[in-house]
Amino acid sequence: MSPAGLTPLIGDSSGRNLASDIAPAGPGHAARGHLRVVLGMAAGVGKTVRMLAEGRTERDGGRDVVIGLLETHGRADTAAAAVGLELVPRRVVSYRGTELEEMDLSAILARAPELCLIDELAHTNAPGLEHEKRYDDVEDVLAAGIDVLSTLNVQHLESLNDQVAELSGIRVRETIPDAVLARADEIVVVDLTPEELIERLRAGKVYPLGHVDAALNNFFRIENLSALREVALRQVAQEVGTRRLAAASLAGGRGLVGSRDQTIAREAPSAVSERLLALVEPYPGAQRLVRRAWRSAQRLGSELDLLWVRAPGTISVEQEQSLTALRQLASLLGAHLLVEESDTVAETVAAVARRQGTTYILLGRPRPARGLARLQTPLPLRLLELLPGVDVRIVADRVKRTTEEQR
Amino acid sequence: MRRHARPQAAAAEGGSGGRILLPFTSQAISRRALEAAIRLARAEGATLMPAFLARVPRNLALDAPLPAASAVGMPLLEAIEQRAAAEGIPVDARVGRGRTYRDALDRLLAQEPVDRVIISAAEDSRHGLGDHDLAWLLATVPAELMILRPAPDDERRFSVSAVGGHF
Repeated sequence: MSPAGLTPLIGDSSGRNLASDIAPAGPGHAARGHLRVVLGMAAGVGKTVRMLAEGRTERDGGRDVVIGLLETHGRADTAAAAVGLELVPRRVVSYRGTELEEMDLSAILARAPELCLIDELAHTNAPGLEHEKRYDDVEDVLAAGIDVLSTLNVQHLESLNDQVAELSGIRVRETIPDAVLARADEIVVVDLTPEELIERLRAGKVYPLGHVDAALNNFFRIENLSALREVALRQVAQEVGTRRLAAASLAGGRGLVGSRDQTIAREAPSAVSERLLALVEPYPGAQRLVRRAWRSAQRLGSELDLLWVRAPGTISVEQEQSLTALRQLASLLGAHLLVEESDTVAETVAAVARRQGTTYILLGRPRPARGLARLQTPLPLRLLELLPGVDVRIVADRVKRTTEEQR
Repeated sequence: MRRHARPQAAAAEGGSGGRILLPFTSQAISRRALEAAIRLARAEGATLMPAFLARVPRNLALDAPLPAASAVGMPLLEAIEQRAAAEGIPVDARVGRGRTYRDALDRLLAQEPVDRVIISAAEDSRHGLGDHDLAWLLATVPAELMILRPAPDDERRFSVSAVGGHF
């Protein structure tokens, strides 16, 4: 179908919802559309082909499907996968003397299909269009009751941007808030081993053959792709875990209290994520505890806080040096070092744990108590009393054990 | 080995004979360098300071978290600490960061004095400290510097596989 005759709303930068202006408001268009995102670790894994294949299946099943935006990047197999699917032509936008082609949002809304395929969710639009970002365009399409199938590379997720920049040495400019992905009704990951992707690259299926060597030497290295793959799979696993808990909570709470379901669903993400708190002191041995805590945080995919409850008074030069070293270690690991001045260690730890939403506390083996302190409840037991529901783990001194075993 | 006038380093916990810095940049270090550092630390009652140097890409802030670099450095720090502890050597680990490995080491040395720095000349200069960096160290570092000559057994590396127990 051609969008001819429609007036594109180029220049309307008010950000208003075009769906209400253009889309028909008949039955079947009242509810918000369903968003399904095809997520991949990098360009070339086959996200767009997967999107098109799903679109074709839906069309063959009798649904009204159009391609709202397709980026083939010159790939023959992608173009072939689109043959036979209706395409909404792009609109041409003039920007600083250059003509740019962008998705025609108003044409899609006027066409009002049941399902619209929109490639590259993180794309930034040319200035002067309705929205700055394509995911905002997609929101309008969804608001019009049109289902959307879209694609996204994991490196575009805002929260992973720094991590991906470190892994690959390349900072992605076009990012997308994590909340956009979280709002998707379904996420599908397209997975390919790094070796398979490189094979596709070498065969010229990702970029033109003239660009292959440069790509192999830069972004498309095995170690980069392995790390990105892990990030993509972890992201989806986290989403699945969150949704499973939310669904289970909703099923369990059905029919009890009206607002409870919404509360549980809203809080599910924080319920499935762990947050670790390691209790440290500025002395050389504390670094081992921090490393162990970081390792655990990595496995759980969780945030790590480090806490030193500092007794009032001055600290020694050695403590100052150790504290600086701890700060640097925390910074490298992405952990948050907190220093609280207090005489009451357990109560302070409990207060910080509540504030930070800690689910797991790690501490080293407590030193033997002396004098009156022997009459007090040991710190780990006190923490268990003060923080019901929080796990407390005493990290073994493996260095000491290794030494003793060798004697 | 070259001597420079240097400030006296404060003895770290457990070590009374000064501090020996052992910088590294990758998943494995020269076993000879580690053994030399441990021997010296034992003989002098010194504290061993293994220091992981991380290079921060220019597109990141200098204090940005570096999970990928951490995944390389932390297990090796653990392995070194376990190895040194087995010999009864006190360990006080460090991490240094900079735009280059030399920059990271420079920043680390500017923060606190050490008594000795031990480096193997056989380290892979593509991924660590190269010849120019060693020359820079000789010219500028206010500490005793021990650069181990390349030797046939430099292929023996000390790596994360030496970590005892889970980490």
